[in-house]
Amino acid sequence: MSARADDLDGAGPLVEISALNKSFGTNHVLRGIDFAVNTGDVVCIIGPSGSGKSTLLRCVNLLERPDSGTIRVGGSEVTDLDCDLDSARRTIGMVFQQFNLFPHMTATRNCTVAQVSVLGRKPAEARQIAVDNLIRVGLADKVDDYPSRLSGGQQQRVAIARALSMDPQVMLFDEPTSALDPELVGDVLTVMRRLAEDGMTMLVVTHEMAFAREVADRVAFMDGGVIVEEGSPQEIIGAPREERTRTFLRRVLDPTHVQPS
Amino acid sequence: MSTTGAAARRHLSPRKRARRIRFVQYAVLVLVVVLAATLANWKQIGDVFFRPSMIRTTLSQGVGHALLNTVIYTAGAFVFGLVVGTVLALMRLSEVLPYRWLATAYIEFFRGLPAIVVFLVFSLLPLAFTNFSIPFDPYGTVWLALGMVGSAYIAETIRAGILGVPRGQTEAARSLGMPPGLAMRKVVLPQAFRIVLPPLTNELILMIKDSSLVYIVGVASNQYELTKFGRELSNSNANVTPLVVAGFFYLLITLPLTVVVRRMERAAARSR
Repeated sequence: MSARADDLDGAGPLVEISALNKSFGTNHVLRGIDFAVNTGDVVCIIGPSGSGKSTLLRCVNLLERPDSGTIRVGGSEVTDLDCDLDSARRTIGMVFQQFNLFPHMTATRNCTVAQVSVLGRKPAEARQIAVDNLIRVGLADKVDDYPSRLSGGQQQRVAIARALSMDPQVMLFDEPTSALDPELVGDVLTVMRRLAEDGMTMLVVTHEMAFAREVADRVAFMDGGVIVEEGSPQEIIGAPREERTRTFLRRVLDPTHVQPS
Repeated sequence: MSTTGAAARRHLSPRKRARRIRFVQYAVLVLVVVLAATLANWKQIGDVFFRPSMIRTTLSQGVGHALLNTVIYTAGAFVFGLVVGTVLALMRLSEVLPYRWLATAYIEFFRGLPAIVVFLVFSLLPLAFTNFSIPFDPYGTVWLALGMVGSAYIAETIRAGILGVPRGQTEAARSLGMPPGLAMRKVVLPQAFRIVLPPLTNELILMIKDSSLVYIVGVASNQYELTKFGRELSNSNANVTPLVVAGFFYLLITLPLTVVVRRMERAAARSR
């Protein structure tokens, strides 16, 4: 799956970030980020909290507007002030740490509302796509349930189905399992793993090192608003070059998660 | 705990002290009831407040019509207040500074005035604008006056409701490609509406009661609402019974609403 530098259509990376800067007041959160994600790649961003990884992700679909630098997604420059953000966002799926399902809509309606109102799909067609995606995330029996009746893991899978229903080119995951009870994390990660196997381009901010090691094509370690190093999971998690990465991994890698490599 | 000696009797156990305090409370209650029963002239009270013939007169002389008028005055004003209040709430949340100023000024102005002053001004409006009249007079005048005062309160309620919807909801909607207006309509407002339903019903109850101010604008007898209707009958018969009946009809509308609000609040607390 790892289609790194060899872009088949020669159009360049699907997501291309260059010289990105973002401050919140005096807090310089992103300090000149250069970063790219190729079509079909799964890239995990790891790093300590406050390192700017969530902000980086939220800049990609312009939930945060960067102060300087450019971001291109699928050929359109989303940081351009004249860019039609709403149409750009249709191609970028976003999954939040807190799920952010619409509580006044059933699982299916969560997945159809934007299909109908934004993409202009017929309700019947939208419903079919929604149900297909809910089946895909393993919630065939929950299609008509309201979010309040679902567990955290189920809610997050509905959120993934909701994003998938828009046929995105790329999926962004912002710590998708951090708000979940430990026993529910596995279901969500399984869905994400299957998504990766199906060839979805994914940018994942996560603390799940096992997931990053097994699923990611590339891992980037962020600290203090910069990407300290990036490479294959073996390079970054297995044999990090930078001391900062080593310190972080030592702290994060619970002995029970360490597997002999 | 020791149970012997004078010291022990002065320092009662907490349980005994609580029992004694409760006894005193009941004793006071019984005393008041007994005094009221013996000292008050119940025959006269019954005659003035609950005279059966007056009850019959009130019921037969159009209390139903007055009730209908109260409902019409209130419903129109509430619809007006809801529409204007929603617009004001959106203005207060607008990114355009003058909109925020205008809405804030309007809200503070009308919240700071007694409703009766607004009614008086509207009833005297023809003095300033000759040949000008508010359509559907007096209904239009009442809807406007009551609605304008109500909209100031409703605007703040709705604003709080919109702000009560988590930011992540808007972010999720925008991430799906919804433009701001669509995200507001499909995602934020329906949830805000649920939040504001109980306080909004309270506004409605306040408005029902404020509709009693209609007499200020001067209305014909077939436009009387409950209070004016009851007062006219009371005055002409020198008996309070018609007003008591009118009050009963207010409770007929407001009490069920209060029960509904309490249910909604409990349901909202459960779903959280």
